[in-house]
Amino acid sequence: MRHGKHRFLLSFLTIPLILYAVFVISPYVQAFYLALTDWRGVSSRQRFIGLGNFTRLLHDPVFWAGLRNNGVMLLVVPLATILFALFFASMLNLGGRRGRAGVRGARGTSLYRFVYFFPQVLSVAIIAVLWQFVYTPNAGLLNSVLDAVGLSALRNSWLAEPSLALWCVMAVIVWSAVGFYVVLFSAAMQSIPREIFEAAMLDGAGRRATFRRITLPLVWDNVQVAFIYLGIAAMDGFAIVQIMTVGPGGPDDATEVIGLGLWRNAFTYGKFGYASAMGVALFFLTLTLAALTLRVSRRDRVEF
Amino acid sequence: MATVMPKPAIPGAGHAGGAVPAGRPARRLWLRPFDMFCHAFLLVWAVLVVFPLLWAVLSSVKTDGEIFTDPWGLPVTVRFDNWARAWTEASIGRYFMNSLIVVGGALALTMLLGSMTAYCLARYEFRGNRLIYYLFVGGMTFPVFLALVPLFFVVEQLGMLGTYHGLIVVYTAYALPFTVFFLTGFFRTLPGEVAEAAFVDGCSHAGVFFRVMLPMARPGLISVGIFNFLGLWNQYLLPLVLNPDEDHYVLAQGLAALAVSQGYRSDWSGLFAGLVIGMLPVLIVYAVFQRRIQAGMTAGAIR
Repeated sequence: MRHGKHRFLLSFLTIPLILYAVFVISPYVQAFYLALTDWRGVSSRQRFIGLGNFTRLLHDPVFWAGLRNNGVMLLVVPLATILFALFFASMLNLGGRRGRAGVRGARGTSLYRFVYFFPQVLSVAIIAVLWQFVYTPNAGLLNSVLDAVGLSALRNSWLAEPSLALWCVMAVIVWSAVGFYVVLFSAAMQSIPREIFEAAMLDGAGRRATFRRITLPLVWDNVQVAFIYLGIAAMDGFAIVQIMTVGPGGPDDATEVIGLGLWRNAFTYGKFGYASAMGVALFFLTLTLAALTLRVSRRDRVEF
Repeated sequence: MATVMPKPAIPGAGHAGGAVPAGRPARRLWLRPFDMFCHAFLLVWAVLVVFPLLWAVLSSVKTDGEIFTDPWGLPVTVRFDNWARAWTEASIGRYFMNSLIVVGGALALTMLLGSMTAYCLARYEFRGNRLIYYLFVGGMTFPVFLALVPLFFVVEQLGMLGTYHGLIVVYTAYALPFTVFFLTGFFRTLPGEVAEAAFVDGCSHAGVFFRVMLPMARPGLISVGIFNFLGLWNQYLLPLVLNPDEDHYVLAQGLAALAVSQGYRSDWSGLFAGLVIGMLPVLIVYAVFQRRIQAGMTAGAIR
């Protein structure tokens, strides 16, 4: 069975490796070099300028606006999404009547889980277009619902209001993400042995105590993963901002994100070196964040 | 390592505690209002999710006038001609077909190349095995934005900007890391005896892979296939940058372009129809394969 092994490996691995090297590895490597040049797309004029792009980044108000908004999203989006998802998941899996039959989920669990997951299968582009219509001042869903329930005072031109626009963007991200984490946390909660909850119940633990002392520690690994994924999502936000907001990125850079600035610098202004520098900055930010999350949220793993 | 020991008496568990007489369900009266609030909240979120989607479906069969004057009333007559108009005049039909071609091609290629790579990495010892594996795993951790600018020029140099095959190979290359990672784990868990027997019977290496191992890996292939399909179908950033040719727009890209272009604003009902055309197929697929899809999507997160 040994003969021909190397020929076989070669025939199987060559094409995928070439594809991967050309379209994934080489761009990533090139990006680090391009970030140190003032390249504007014409191959003859590619000057090495060291860290020049990075010092310019530090004085770029639009980049700072993006950094600030991504920062706000980073504080709000993961926390809000995870709190919602944890609440829903524990309601759906453990929130039912606690009779003698043990711990069960609320009624209609599978229907809820089915519905909550909807946004996850929709394209971000479709979600962004849909929500643009929801926020539209004149015939948009939000304002007309407010009218219908007698809250016309709250009517707003949501995306045109600098103080509200970013919150509107974050609401869409949270709206679309919660369902996924409900399903993720549900799976984790389902794998906790029922006896643990029953024992706690017999000992007289209330719902909140059960959640804090049993459920949360036992799904902590998943919460940690969720923080990292949502953190990465919060550092992005490109598609929704680019499609939904005015400008895009407006009003007044209120919804500017780093990815949008990168895209604009590269494909509108043709500042490819500068855009690459933004990519490198984004990379290191994401990396730092992931490392920090893992460190801060480290807890003893609970075996069961 | 810590083990969880629920304290015997937790403050707040209150009067109901162990005082419930045997034979009666241990329900606590004081929880009732809180319970109701929680259930109401579950319902509110479900409505929040469904309402915008229903509203889009409803608006897609109304006239523009109805949309403006009565944003959430029922239409006088159900106008499916909006859908027809979106499909033909607004090119949604063409975008849909483009998406099918690109995603279909990329999915087939990803599954084939991904399973081939994963199989070699999982079942064969050779020099560089670990290196290749970590190259793929590493690829999952980098943000696509970092590669965006050089990627554009790589694709341009190869003359593949705005072509189907260009998008297909790029989609494939970026879907490979997760596919390889997931399937390598999967191939490792498969028993080796059947493959040994096939070798003894004179089967070639490739024959064992295609006739023995691939069929055995079906559950894993389906999970990762679903994951990839949704990921590729919903791709926006890559086509936006690499696919400037309007004739080759994929659905997400085309819809976004329609929504952004001011001229189309006059035809709201048509745009809603386009949105619904973009949403429905995926939602129907999801409704049919609900469990599989949820499992496939979350499998990616539990590494």
